[in-house]
Amino acid sequence: MNDLSIWQQLVQQTQLRWDEVVTATSVHIQLVFFSMIIATIIAVSLGILVTRVPQLKTIILGGTGILQTIPSLALLGFMIPIFGIGVKTAIAALFLYSLLPIMRNTYTGIKEVDPATIEAARGMGMTSAQILFRVELPLALPTIMAGIRTAAVINVGNATLAAFIGAGGLGDFIFLGITRGIDGLILLGAIPAALLAILIESLFTLIERWSTPKGLRNV
Amino acid sequence: MIIFDHVGKKYEGGFQAVQDVSFQIERGELLVLIGPSGSGKSTTMKMINRIIPHTTGTIRVNGKDNTTYNPSELRRNIGYVIQQVGLFPHYTIAQNIALVPQLKGWNEKAIEERVEELLLLVGLDSELHASRYPKELSGGQQQRVGIARALAAKPDILLMDEPFSALDPITREELQKELLTLHEQLDITIVFVTHDMDEALTMGDRIAIMKDGRLLQLDTPEKLLYEPAHGFVEQFMGKHRIIQNPELMPVTEIMAETVTTAHPNLSPERALSLIRQKKITDLLIVDRQSKLLGAVSAYDLIKKMDHIQTIEEIMTPIQPILTTKATSKDAIILMDEAPSGLIPIIDDTHQLIGLVTRGSLLTAMSSQWTEEVVS
Repeated sequence: MNDLSIWQQLVQQTQLRWDEVVTATSVHIQLVFFSMIIATIIAVSLGILVTRVPQLKTIILGGTGILQTIPSLALLGFMIPIFGIGVKTAIAALFLYSLLPIMRNTYTGIKEVDPATIEAARGMGMTSAQILFRVELPLALPTIMAGIRTAAVINVGNATLAAFIGAGGLGDFIFLGITRGIDGLILLGAIPAALLAILIESLFTLIERWSTPKGLRNV
Repeated sequence: MIIFDHVGKKYEGGFQAVQDVSFQIERGELLVLIGPSGSGKSTTMKMINRIIPHTTGTIRVNGKDNTTYNPSELRRNIGYVIQQVGLFPHYTIAQNIALVPQLKGWNEKAIEERVEELLLLVGLDSELHASRYPKELSGGQQQRVGIARALAAKPDILLMDEPFSALDPITREELQKELLTLHEQLDITIVFVTHDMDEALTMGDRIAIMKDGRLLQLDTPEKLLYEPAHGFVEQFMGKHRIIQNPELMPVTEIMAETVTTAHPNLSPERALSLIRQKKITDLLIVDRQSKLLGAVSAYDLIKKMDHIQTIEEIMTPIQPILTTKATSKDAIILMDEAPSGLIPIIDDTHQLIGLVTRGSLLTAMSSQWTEEVVS
């Protein structure tokens, strides 16, 4: 069957495996979604913590920075002894990868709020919590959203590797395509993954625009 | 009323920003804190609402040590205006102004009314501006909102840290005037930090001059100009300021103290020789107690001298006259109405103590420049 051109292979594989593609895409989305939810909650909290306790900045930002440098496949490997093989490990690894961009943007977003605004807020008698929730976070929201977008797009790519540890997702086709030497099968995983990344990118761009406080938008 | 009692601020690194400062700010006063950068003027102001905590001494705000207040509570009752304004960019103008009343738990309707009232007070159109965002306003308009926000919860103390320094000169002058009007209307104590002496002289009921964390002198603008307690104060005030602020210079500073006078029973011949000798155009007439009676002009004297026995017969009352309490500005303005270019200066008992002429006025003014040039 290898005498078919790559596009013919793709068409053939799509007809053959359409149901599998739908399932794998759904698994893929779930991997990204759950890892992102946990990462967002924890990374935003840590980012806020770092702005309040500057001594932690080196440890936390440095620590997650080091995590980021570990190759994705190696990180998945490290996770296996802890979580075993499967979805849990994949989500844990994707979660760790998402921490840095979100946390760094949370930190930067809050730090970039005009000090004069914060001083005025203090001078008006706002408490530290009021300043955080009514001034710092709303003003940092666009930057935080940008961090989440970056993490999500990277995650869509990294999630294809989850197939190697049996977590499923679109990586299954790529993996299979490589081992069997069917280029069309590789595309069957790669094209939906790429489309998914583009979709998430555009979706977050919309959310970012919507989450930017009105007074900050360019008229 | 705010009382500083041996207050100091030392940072953890050991830097002494403010050192042993004691003074009192009266209720309803507009006190200006001025000094070069690093003098501790802003720090001193910010210790009042504990934006910067002091490390020694006590600061009493309305009778109570300010460390006994909850800091947020304290700040909500003290208006705060800074140079960079610091409006919340994501709040509308109305929301910005409503902030403190909201924190204090006012009801919606009261807040709404207060916002309207304040926009009017600071000269902004409610319909036009209330629902706008800060970045849509000019710098001057933003600071108007900053002042409205600070006044929103009707504080009796207002702290202002170089509020007009970032504005263009025309807007600055406009806002200075309006703030003075507000200060009169509202019976509010204002502590105003600036590095601009002209601004200090315009705004301050009293001015506190600071340097290297110490308070050098706290006095009225007049006293600072004429009785500087410290060489630095004198230098910092600058000599030329008298020209820009003639209203601060007592008329006694620019008058000639030696005045040629005559008694009313003087003969016209002797009067004429006196006039010629002193090269003057008018002779002031005083009685034996030096009380000013009037004047005789050389012109009248020459015309009528054959028909009179004493100069009293052609003496005319002199107008205008100023008292020793008048300022140089009064003299400058009145000089136009003085037909012979003379303004006699008298004290409470009507005694003549000096004379301002066009010449002495000019000399006083120009000496400010020449001294400036020399130094």
